[in-house]
Amino acid sequence: MSQPMSPRRRSVRFLSVAAAAAAGLLALSGCSTSDTGGGDSTYGFTQAEQVADSEITVWVDASREPAVTAFEKAHPDIKISYETYDGSAGGSGSFQSKIALMDQAGEGWPDVVFSTQQNDAIWASKPTAGGEQGFAAPLNKGFLDQDFLDGFAAGSLDYATIDGTVYGLRNDLAQTVFYYNQKLLDEFGYDVPTTWEEYAELGDKLAAEHPGYILGSMGDSFMTYVYYGGSESPVFQSPEAGVFHSDTSDEHAQKISKIIDGMLANGTLVQDSFFSADFAAKYADKLVGVPGPVWYTGAIFQGGLAVPAGQIGVAPPLKWADGDVAAGNVGGGQWYASSHSKNLAAVKTFLEFVTSADEFQVDASSGYPAYTDAATKWLAKQAEAGYFVNDDFQTVMSDAATEVWDGWNVTSWSPETAWAKVVIPGIAAGETVESLLPAWQKELENEATVNGYTVK
Amino acid sequence: MTVTSPPAPAGVVPTGRRRPAGRRATRVNAGQSRYGYLFVSGYTLLLIAFGLLPTLYAVYLAFTRNGAFVGVDNFVRVFNDYRFLPAVAHVALYVLFWLVSLIVFVVILAIVVHGIRVRWLGNSARFLFYIPGAIAGASSVLLWLFVLDPTVSPVSGLLHAMGYESLVNVVAVGNLPVVFTVIAFWAGAGGWIVIMYGALNNISTDVMEAARIDGASHVQTAWHIQLPMLAKWISYMGIMSLAAGTQLFVEPKILAQATKNVVPEDYSLNQLAYLYAFRQNDFSGSAAISITLLVVALGLSTVFIFRGKLFERD
Repeated sequence: MSQPMSPRRRSVRFLSVAAAAAAGLLALSGCSTSDTGGGDSTYGFTQAEQVADSEITVWVDASREPAVTAFEKAHPDIKISYETYDGSAGGSGSFQSKIALMDQAGEGWPDVVFSTQQNDAIWASKPTAGGEQGFAAPLNKGFLDQDFLDGFAAGSLDYATIDGTVYGLRNDLAQTVFYYNQKLLDEFGYDVPTTWEEYAELGDKLAAEHPGYILGSMGDSFMTYVYYGGSESPVFQSPEAGVFHSDTSDEHAQKISKIIDGMLANGTLVQDSFFSADFAAKYADKLVGVPGPVWYTGAIFQGGLAVPAGQIGVAPPLKWADGDVAAGNVGGGQWYASSHSKNLAAVKTFLEFVTSADEFQVDASSGYPAYTDAATKWLAKQAEAGYFVNDDFQTVMSDAATEVWDGWNVTSWSPETAWAKVVIPGIAAGETVESLLPAWQKELENEATVNGYTVK
Repeated sequence: MTVTSPPAPAGVVPTGRRRPAGRRATRVNAGQSRYGYLFVSGYTLLLIAFGLLPTLYAVYLAFTRNGAFVGVDNFVRVFNDYRFLPAVAHVALYVLFWLVSLIVFVVILAIVVHGIRVRWLGNSARFLFYIPGAIAGASSVLLWLFVLDPTVSPVSGLLHAMGYESLVNVVAVGNLPVVFTVIAFWAGAGGWIVIMYGALNNISTDVMEAARIDGASHVQTAWHIQLPMLAKWISYMGIMSLAAGTQLFVEPKILAQATKNVVPEDYSLNQLAYLYAFRQNDFSGSAAISITLLVVALGLSTVFIFRGKLFERD
């Protein structure tokens, strides 16, 4: 570059000015210490300095927006702002990545976060990389009343409980059941399947006699919970903290994979996501039956597919002919409070409202509430509307809640990513699930290793 | 390291002179040179604050762990990660596809547009090429999401004809280098075509006329005169695009989000660095990947600089 006349003195001066300015910029943008007063630790965590009536920020996924709207209506005195994000759906990890950034910055955390995943307490309860307090506030050390926490269905807080400390509140239960369309079954003269074997046979009959009708979809990564968790396949286990075990060569995993392959081949299982743009248009009147979590009621049947009342029935979860009843568990979101919140009083009111108040859980939520009182009212509401054809749907659903298989665990990463990376593109390219099992297991074990787990 | 969308330079300071044919630079007086400093000061400050210092911080992080010096441990750990080599292969393939298509098509299109004698047609063509570049990185990927999904795509007929029935088919890992190349070309080529067009305008009309009088055809003129005189600009484009290409992040990140990880979240090196930092809380590993990326991009850029004679004066 040609700079023929450049007096050295001037450039020295220029450089020192530039250096000073850069230092100033750094000081402005640099890491400030997070010493903001507060320091009360009666709730099992060190509170930030509380600012009465300050605004609280809430992160929800799109399906939980009605919770915020209902809260604003019920508590106009509490200032609240909300942001929608993907809710970490599909194991995207957005919740964790965003919080990691804020931990690094030492500020900016939301006050309450909703996540669709079950495993966030594992990282959110731990101190940050810099050794600071973890994001999730302990909830059962005095912050929330024990009476209120006792109101949740037995075992529903287990996923978010670590060493006896509760870090998250369950939004809804997500045990699997078998949904069926009574109108179509009557028309075709079929019975409701009760076992995986009968499910496969129904697939064969349906494909032969009524092609075009379907019994489910493999297009979503949460099918891993429905078909493998629900069939007691030991694919995703963490028998103790820091240990991971996966065995896709197990008999159950092999059998269910063969069933899936058969039904993919005969067209009774499709590969369109339940949430894809044209699923409803293509299959609204073609879905004969499907194993799935209880939140399908609102999210799929009453929502996306808009099936009118009086057609859908609910049967117990499918089991093996020679096995016990076992349900899978597909999410059922969690609400977390920030340990950095400046208005814990408002956070408490919000958490209690969104998990237990009728305005959201009974009137506006699509899922089966985890809070028992709300669940009773939600079931009564469905009964009143006469949505389901079978009168015993309440007992079917509540029984299934107690039958979730305990051999499917949560770890610091989601089982959905490996399924999405290996199995979904694999079957889209025409491979069988059975042939993809070793690659799937390998991916799960690799993920376990990079997340610091020991594979056994 | 910063995580940026493609058009941003990665630690590579543009060194190409704006006016290759200028000789006036030798007559700069003291006053003008003072203004010169003023003009570059803003950029220099920002470069130091957001380019140089973060890079130095990354170097520090890459060789330490929790503050203690660990030599190359972080690099070894990252290189042994089962996701690392596939990510390198993905990025390398994409950069290859993209650079080749960019250099070939941009130069051809620029020469063709430059050759158009009808004024309004040439102007409209340049304008058309440029429009997509006005759509910022992330939003252009969102737009492509719709184009690539056969269920909603305006060109679904074409996708079906190619045998693709769903978005999952289209974004299969094997197709991704092509998909990303198409997206990047669509968004980025227009700007380069306009720049190349400007460079073509700078070729002296005397030379072009001489060629015409000597009976050179359009192809001969392009091959023997325009191409050699564009060499510096092509190198410049190569460097900028290489730096942006190795930093592939926004496209796979958004596709991963949209397809719920069917496009893997660890597809590119920058995504892997992101996972290290924000999912595994391992900023040292993340820095090691970033530094590796920087070294590779710098090395390749050096090749372009010297092969393209970017630092030589006319």
